[in-house]
Amino acid sequence: MDIVQRIVSGDVRTIARLLRDIDDELPSARSVLQGLYPHTGKAHIVGFTGSPGVGKSSLVDQIATFYRKESKTVGILAVDPTSPFTGGAILGDRIRMQRHFLDPGVFIRSLATRGQFGGLSKSTNDMVNVLDAAGKDLVLVETVGVGQDEVEIANSAHTTVLVMIPGMGDDIQAIKAGVMEIGNIFVVNKADREGSRKTVRELMNLVELGVRRRNGDDWEPQIIETEAVKGRGIDKLCQTIEDHKAYLKATGSQRWRETVEKRTRIQLMGALRDRVLKAVLEKIEQRGDSIDNMVAKIVDRQSDPYTVVQQIVESVLT
Amino acid sequence: MGKQIISESALDRIEKEHAEWLEEYRKALAKVPKRLERFSTVSDLEVNQLYTPLDTQRRDFFEQIGFPGKYPYTRGVQSTMYRGRHWTMRMFAGMGNADDTNKRFHYLINHGETGLSTAFDFPTLMGYDSASPLARGECGKCGVAIDTLDDMGRLFANINLEEVTTSMTINPPASVLWAMYIANAERQGFSRKKLGGTIQNDCLKEFIAQKTLMLPPEASLRLVTDTVEFGTKEVPRWNTISISGYHIREAGATAVQELAFTIYDGITYVEEAIKRGLKVDDFAARLSFFWNSHIDFFEEIAKMRASRRMWARIMKERFGAKNPKSMLMRFHTQTAGCSLTAQEPYNNVVRTTTEALAAVLGGTQSLHTNSLDEVYMIPSEQAALIALRTQQIIAEETGVTNVIDPLGGSYFVEALTDKMEQEAMAYIRKLDELGGMVAAIERDYPQMEIADAAFHFQKQVEAGDKTVIGVNKYASDRPELEFVLKIDDQIEREQIERTERFKEKRDKVGFQKAMDELVRRCEGPPCWNNNVMPALIEAVRAGATEQECCDLYRNVFGTYTDPGSF
Amino acid sequence: MANARNLRILVAKPGLDGHDRGARIVARAFRDAGFEVIYTGCHQTPEQIVSTAIQEDVDLIGLSILSGAHRYSFPRVLELLRENNAEDISVIGGGIFPLEDIPVLKEAGIKELFEPGAKLSDIIEWVGKNIIPRREA
Ligand SMILES: Nc1nc2c(ncn2[C@@H]2O[C@H](COP(=O)(O)OP(=O)(O)OP(=O)(O)O)[C@@H](O)[C@H]2O)c(=O)[nH]1
Ligand SMILES: [Mg+2]
Repeated sequence: MDIVQRIVSGDVRTIARLLRDIDDELPSARSVLQGLYPHTGKAHIVGFTGSPGVGKSSLVDQIATFYRKESKTVGILAVDPTSPFTGGAILGDRIRMQRHFLDPGVFIRSLATRGQFGGLSKSTNDMVNVLDAAGKDLVLVETVGVGQDEVEIANSAHTTVLVMIPGMGDDIQAIKAGVMEIGNIFVVNKADREGSRKTVRELMNLVELGVRRRNGDDWEPQIIETEAVKGRGIDKLCQTIEDHKAYLKATGSQRWRETVEKRTRIQLMGALRDRVLKAVLEKIEQRGDSIDNMVAKIVDRQSDPYTVVQQIVESVLT
Repeated sequence: MGKQIISESALDRIEKEHAEWLEEYRKALAKVPKRLERFSTVSDLEVNQLYTPLDTQRRDFFEQIGFPGKYPYTRGVQSTMYRGRHWTMRMFAGMGNADDTNKRFHYLINHGETGLSTAFDFPTLMGYDSASPLARGECGKCGVAIDTLDDMGRLFANINLEEVTTSMTINPPASVLWAMYIANAERQGFSRKKLGGTIQNDCLKEFIAQKTLMLPPEASLRLVTDTVEFGTKEVPRWNTISISGYHIREAGATAVQELAFTIYDGITYVEEAIKRGLKVDDFAARLSFFWNSHIDFFEEIAKMRASRRMWARIMKERFGAKNPKSMLMRFHTQTAGCSLTAQEPYNNVVRTTTEALAAVLGGTQSLHTNSLDEVYMIPSEQAALIALRTQQIIAEETGVTNVIDPLGGSYFVEALTDKMEQEAMAYIRKLDELGGMVAAIERDYPQMEIADAAFHFQKQVEAGDKTVIGVNKYASDRPELEFVLKIDDQIEREQIERTERFKEKRDKVGFQKAMDELVRRCEGPPCWNNNVMPALIEAVRAGATEQECCDLYRNVFGTYTDPGSF
Repeated sequence: MANARNLRILVAKPGLDGHDRGARIVARAFRDAGFEVIYTGCHQTPEQIVSTAIQEDVDLIGLSILSGAHRYSFPRVLELLRENNAEDISVIGGGIFPLEDIPVLKEAGIKELFEPGAKLSDIIEWVGKNIIPRREA
């Protein structure tokens, strides 16, 4: 069997190794991804974002349990931050998902941001595609949880879940500008804590504002209280994920098509940007020049950034 | 401050001459290379070159120091201290099966030990029977395997349980093991009113440091409070919690962190018991503490002295305790396992001796001295005897027990005692701000503070800023020890079979009835009518194993995983 | 711009003891050395450890244990790696080992054992020298 077939048939070792190759940007991984692409498009992708410690991993764990009871298979990608100082990382989201370690129907992978901002690693979308091709019914993506501008996940997932906890009033104010718009589902986790109802009420107000701002999309974001450690509210959350999926896929509606196109477009643009930049840099190097040289020239006022870019574009693209 | 010990004029003179001395000292030191850049304790608390009355001048003798057996108890919890009776020499023991450990108990008693202390194996500590798949390879290894009431009976065979006090190091399953202890004692004709001893039962420090995790924090606290309530009403001589700094320190905490987090755990237990409707003066006297005695001699003495003063003040001021007994910080001490080295293990005797001496000068009520081979595994008979003899030599040869609190009034020790209290109180305010210990634990706050301190110490050792003889200085290889205890793998199989036979014999109907009652109580709101203890005692009498009771807990209350952040 | 491959290391505690001081310190040191560390905390069975190692595609498993159950759990981890065609993943151990157990464990395939007193810098140096990130699949 070749690699593509092994992955499509769900071979764990091969999947795990390919994910690493993707993360490390090995050229060989690209051809495998090409071969896998026809097998993708079946999984429902759910993203989870929210500040550190709000319970994202605990929720992912519970949701996986829920779907396993329905015999659905689950892929999980959990992103943690890379240390900007050392390039190393401690990836600990798995700790909350231990009961799935021996279940062949759940594949869990921890990844580091490796210098990427926005809550995901550069490789996340490709990894989602691999798990999709490997036949996972559901792919759950947990972002790093820096809490401020993690909008990337909305471009990766079909359904985005924004997780909060009671007493985050100020935080909600602070993040509402960019992030509130991306949530299809809002979870107030740790509902066992004081102030849960109040946070729900505050959220309701904000969501209404957001809905009015967001034209063309008539999905009304849902607010759900959960207690992840005890599994409370998980049924409702999963039902709402299913509702959102049904909403997107409703017959006669273009929403699914639009969602997928939007997601594909953003990913295509991202990939194109990376690839073109890489190619350009290689060309520059081949010519015996380097970015460092150009920077030096610009700093010494022998040239300027506008001219340099103009020259590169002309010389590379013609 | 009218009660100042030294007159103002004397202080003026000391100040002047101290300044002159300091000048001389600096000049002299400039000529010789200084041994270290910074002088600090093992917890990295910086210390001065010399202490004088200037460091303690503002002290009110009665408020800060006083007399032994008198508030604030800085100098000791009894007026007589070791002039009356030595501390209890309580050696932690447990290995293999109940019979092996019973033999060790008798050996220690015959050599002059005065109290028992039981070490359980990891499956027992985690609430699993020996047959559990999770117990593979662990049965009887680091302590004794106890699954059933029958095991408990063999563990304490031929020991008078109304005379000897027994300590059991058990935490999440403490209620279950205590129920077995009571049921067994009563079966042998002893009265529960006369039983004396301690269950460790300190779930909070498990979340903070030792990570014997079974149930979520709220449920754990509920069970602890059930035992406090039951003890208060039914087993009045029992210490229902041993609030432990030991493991917090072993996990890498500083002395101040050990002091602060442990006392805050104590505060939390008191609050819970009060919430249950108990009166502080009815139960607080049965709370006991457990300190680590680490290698930095004076820091440990200061910590123990500060701990007594802090607890007395907290009980009086925060909880309005009236009975002096409620204010007493009575504590057990164990020398620091983490200070022992695998290299040149005989040096461990010296370390343990120093640490034991600090505990005695700190005024401990009971003491375990580590055996030199404890760094490898649970102690052999020979090594345990040396450790016990260490205590006996300190008690009966050295003369340090002749005078009560002999270091009281030392400028350095008093200043360090004050410093410990001040820094620990800062942590206590911080924990109040975070909303209490459970909230802090969920945010990983104490865990992270400890992890940072542990990492810092490790870095200091590697940089040579802190010395560990035989490890980073005068380093040498690990030698073969002439005696090392071996636990036969055979024990595991025998124990599994024994428990199996025990379960076959029990009356199914009576067993089920007892378990149903236990579930009912667990599911009900916490109160005396739903106290788990009476139902547990019935359940273990009806043949319930440890794991069956703990599985019931896990089913009702759920489980818990450590936040594990870095 | 082919990146040098990052080393991925699983730090796990088999058995029922919860003394995670050493495991946590080593995990931090590995991170500070630039490795990606997967940390799964205490009380892991050999089955869970091996399943994690494979899903995470690690180069190395660092086992930390103080309970004395290493004679069961270490060989079991190696056996499970073999059963899953993953014997290319190296295994090292940290903890306290009776002298006579050390050759037995090494014989069984544990690459190195680090005892209390081992320097973090030595452990990292050993990893740097002996563990090469897996080549492409
Ligand atoms: N009280 C309470 N605690 C919870 C709940 N859900 C999660 N927690 C606790 O919150 C802490 C953090 O949970 P995680 O699931 O690791 O949170 P996270 O958002 O994945 O954290 P990061 O990945 O570090 O950003 C853990 O101690 C959980 O046990 C809940 O519903 N109630
Ligand atoms: Mg997480």
